[in-house]
Amino acid sequence: MKAILTVIGKDRVGIIAGVSSELAELSVNILDVSQTIMNGYFTMMMILDLADAEQSFGEIKQKLADKGADLGVQIKIQREEIFTSMHSL
Amino acid sequence: METTQILETIRMIEEEKLDIRTITMGISLLDCIDSNGEKARGKIYDKITRCAENLVKTGEAITEEFGIPIIHKRISVTPIALVAGASQDENYSAFAQTLDKAAKATGVNFIGGFSALVQKGYTIGDRKLIQSIPEALATTDFVCSSVNVGSTRSGINMDAVRQMGSVVKETAARTADQHGLGCAKLVIFANAVEDNPFMAGAFHGIGEQDCVLNVGVSGPGVVKRALEKVKGAPFDVVAETIKKIAFKITRVGQLVAREASDRLGIPFGIVDLSLAPTPAVGDSVAHILEEMGLESVGTHGTTAALALLNDAVKKGGVMACSHVGGLSGAFIPVSEDAGMIHAVERGALNLEKLEAMTAVCSVGLDMIAIPGDTPAETISAMIADEAAIGVINNKTTAVRVIPAPGKSIGDSVEFGGLLGYAPIMDVNRHSPAEFIARGGRIPAPIHSFKN
Repeated sequence: MKAILTVIGKDRVGIIAGVSSELAELSVNILDVSQTIMNGYFTMMMILDLADAEQSFGEIKQKLADKGADLGVQIKIQREEIFTSMHSL
Repeated sequence: METTQILETIRMIEEEKLDIRTITMGISLLDCIDSNGEKARGKIYDKITRCAENLVKTGEAITEEFGIPIIHKRISVTPIALVAGASQDENYSAFAQTLDKAAKATGVNFIGGFSALVQKGYTIGDRKLIQSIPEALATTDFVCSSVNVGSTRSGINMDAVRQMGSVVKETAARTADQHGLGCAKLVIFANAVEDNPFMAGAFHGIGEQDCVLNVGVSGPGVVKRALEKVKGAPFDVVAETIKKIAFKITRVGQLVAREASDRLGIPFGIVDLSLAPTPAVGDSVAHILEEMGLESVGTHGTTAALALLNDAVKKGGVMACSHVGGLSGAFIPVSEDAGMIHAVERGALNLEKLEAMTAVCSVGLDMIAIPGDTPAETISAMIADEAAIGVINNKTTAVRVIPAPGKSIGDSVEFGGLLGYAPIMDVNRHSPAEFIARGGRIPAPIHSFKN
């Protein structure tokens, strides 16, 4: 299963490191990353592959949300299809 | 995938309140018919709880994974007049109570189908069901009822129109302690559709398969936001903008419908793309119309604005989904739409304008509170007018009015939750009593003979 992860929040040291180490611990593979500062806000998107993840989607979602709280950013994860299907046939 | 598209999707859901308004499981109860009412009710309860056992759980799982809220999980069933007709029971309230119990057991928040289709005439079952409506709605929490009194094919059953005025009044009286809340769960239709997933008018038509999943998508806030970006542009641009955004909304509906039907192992029926407002800020159909340039909804130009909106929504939706159905368009309930409520309060919107708007919206007079002393004949006459608009224009129309007991002009009633609150609206005080007393049938219009 592929999913899109979005991270939005105030920029600081260690956001990418924090997120990617959490993903590594969860055995989630990162397929693509794009990151920018938009209107002063740190904005990152990742395409993830959850094929090797052992925990359920709900557990992964919760762990990432907790990590986001630690880092002072908002972390969301959603199945890829919601994005792909909305914008194309 | 482009970053901007990802961010747009997230913004639509989080800021503009895009949601899946309902996933509604349609369940046929034709195989539950029994000459013994008690046995029939046992079969009904068993079938509903078996089919819908995982409905709520599945909806919640999809919300978690896709990040799109699914607000309601609901059930629609075969019109009970057809199912109960074989039984010897005189009062069908017990059937409503069984539906209520099944709704509570499955965790859904409404079950529709305490219904009768009498557009041409009554069966014995239809008659008993309609007589049972006030008691049924007063003794249940989640049951919704509807009666179809006219169709383009068969004309308008004016006996039923006459009777429904009294049924609405009696339903209000029996739920007087809740300001006539029972009437919020009772819809009188013309040209009712068989696959509508939205309450209170949902029922599972007899042309439908055994069990099917229909999905209703909403998103007035998304449309309003899109129109903010084309301020002052000609209507060609307005229509195009609405179409594009309706396309995106419907795509999400299609995705959720497919996913839910796969997980539940039942066929996908239709996606109903209806802009269904809620009293929440930023979730109003009235505000879309005002965004087009009207100072207030209800002023001259409102009907044209709504016609454009309703049509553009359908066009965008049709392209996005393999099966678009139900009512698809824009709902204009008063109590459930902050913009409509405001327009009534400042005297910009009256019942006559709402009636004109129902000629071009997706349904009809919806969630309108009227004085508690409104005579039954006046309500019947409102139903007759709405049915006439539907029958002649070949569209679905409906009446869901609440004659709030003890309330008059200047008062308002609070229904709570998504049903919102409504200022009491004035009705015409001249009597249509003799007109309604005639009964009989208004013949089908000439354009019904299409064969």
